[in-house]
Parts: sequence; structure tokens; C-alpha cells
Amino acid sequence: MIAALTQLLLFQLAGEVISRALNLPVPGAVLGMALLFVFLCVRGGASAEMEKTTGYLLRYMSILFVPAGVGVMLILPILQTEGLPIVLATLISTGLAIAVTGWLAQRLSRWRSNTDPHD
Amino acid sequence: MIERLSALWQTLVALPLFGLTLTLAVYWLCDRLYRRMRYLPLLNPVLLSIVIVIGFLLATDVSYPAYFNGAQFIHFLLGPATVALAIPLYSQFRKVRALFLPLMLSLFIGSAVSIISAVLLARCMGASVPTLLSISTKAATTPIAMGIAEHIGGIPSLAVGMVIIAGISGAMGYRFLCKRIGVHDPVAQGFAVGLAAHGVGTARALQVDPQSGAFAALAMSLNGLLTALLAPLLLPWLLR
Repeated sequence: MIAALTQLLLFQLAGEVISRALNLPVPGAVLGMALLFVFLCVRGGASAEMEKTTGYLLRYMSILFVPAGVGVMLILPILQTEGLPIVLATLISTGLAIAVTGWLAQRLSRWRSNTDPHD
Repeated sequence: MIERLSALWQTLVALPLFGLTLTLAVYWLCDRLYRRMRYLPLLNPVLLSIVIVIGFLLATDVSYPAYFNGAQFIHFLLGPATVALAIPLYSQFRKVRALFLPLMLSLFIGSAVSIISAVLLARCMGASVPTLLSISTKAATTPIAMGIAEHIGGIPSLAVGMVIIAGISGAMGYRFLCKRIGVHDPVAQGFAVGLAAHGVGTARALQVDPQSGAFAALAMSLNGLLTALLAPLLLPWLLR
């Protein structure tokens, strides 16, 4: 548990260093994910301890968004004047993006597996 | 007596213990309710918890910084949890490689649709320019959205608000929507919700199906990057 958590933090830290040093628009944690992914490819998989710890962390990932979500209270004054366009545009556009992406991804991957029998 | 109680309350609220306990307790209750009601999307525990905590803070006149003083310990774990998404992603490595081209195409088109539709819709409904700039980032994860919003002249806290609305609504509705339009493939469903609803959608997809979750993580990270590149390019044209 401690070893796995330390590794996760080290990868995040490495991501943070790269992101800041190169002035990238990507947050350290996302770069850290990419770095850990490369590490797993080289190592050929995660340790049992890592699997267990990350499984635990990811199972409860939803709650981690609550503190940031409560921050919506800071924009309540803006929502009072522009709430309708903000909320409606966000909802419709999110639905549209899901529909287009999901439909395309399903359609294109089927087409790909039909044209390439080796997959 | 009342004065002493109110003094006690003031010291209590200032402790990190307050925000931390409040968040965990409210989420725990909401999650129990959600399970008992057989995962009814309308009772999404993230949404319900946020609404209840905001209501509580407003009713008791506690500021957001005071609350965040304790809640930051939960918030902090988002970083390591994001890094941890590499594990489900790695478990789908072969499939990711096989579907690389179709997924990249879906990513580019989906990302553009997300930015363009959000800005144009809000513009038609009469939103102000700072709002339009902020809304373009709504599909990216919170830190990316804040960074872009700052960069292009939007309002970071507003961007976060819209990111949260996009994330929760996407997480709540994506399965219903996908089924309605005939998208049953867990890979496509996961990729779509990760693209449009970032981490909140990814967390939900992981609960539904590990394969969906892995592809949601992939789409989330790629679209965060792509939004940072596309939004500044598309905005001058969208605001003309």
C-alpha cells in the first residue's frame, strides 16, 4: 500500500516537473498517468500491490470530485444572471459530444475490424 | 449559553475536520440511497452530495475556503487517482493499439463538436464573452480547463463550474443516451463519456465496466490535451 502510493505520487511529481519545466498545458497528474503507462509497458504489467491499491483508489474516485463541485457555489452570482445559457448549453453540448463520439467510435471500429481480419 | 454554543460552532467550522467529515458523511448517505434505489441516474451521489453540501454551507453561512480547508484532503487524492488510471488503460493496451485510428478520428471530431456546440449554443442564448470563453473548456478535466480559461481570458472558477456540470450530467446520462442511439459497445460508450465528461464520467464508467473505464481514461486525457490546443484556435472564429 505505502509502496504503491509512493510510486503514484512519484509519477505525479515527475509529471508536474515536466509540465512546469516545459510550460505544457497538461496537468502533472495526466502526464504522470502517461509516464506510468510507459513504465507498465516496459515492465510488462503492474505489481499485485499496485493493482490492489489503485483498484481501491479508483473504486472511490467519484467522491474525489465533491470538493471541487461544491466550488460551484462561488459562481452562484453568475448563474443567477446567466444560468440558463450556461446550464442549457453545457447540457446539450455534452449530450451532443457523447452521441457523436460514441456513434463514430462504434461505427469506425466495426469498419476497421471488418476490413482487417488479422485483428 | 447560546453565545457559547455559537463560539463553539465558529471554532468547529474552522477546523479541517469539519469539511472532511461533512464531505464523507454526506457522500456516504447519498451513496447508500443511490444503491438502495438501484442506481437511479437522477440520484447520482456526486450531484446529490454537492447540492446538499452547498445547501448546508449556505444555510449555516460557512464560506467555501473554510469548507475546503478540510475537503482539500479528499481533493488532493484526485492527482494520484488520475495517475492510477494508467493501470486499467494498460490492461486494454492491445485493444487500444488495434483501435488506434478509429479512436483518434472520433476524438478529433468529438472534441471539435464539444467546443463548437457549447460556444455557439451559449452565444445564441445571449451569454457574455467571458462566459463563452470559459464554456469552451467544459469537456476538459478541471486543472486543464482552469489553465485554458486563464490563458484565453475566461473566468477560471466559472470554467470549473461548467466542467463539473458537464461531468455530472455526462456521467448521469451517457448510458441512457448511448442506448437510445444504438451505441452498445462498451469501448465506444466509455470513450464517449471520457471525452465529454472527463474524470467524473471516467469514475462512473469504471463502476459500470472496467473496459469502458479504461477507454474513458484514455479519452479523458487525450481530450484534455486536444481541448487545450483546439479551443484557442476555434474561438476567434466562433466569436466573430
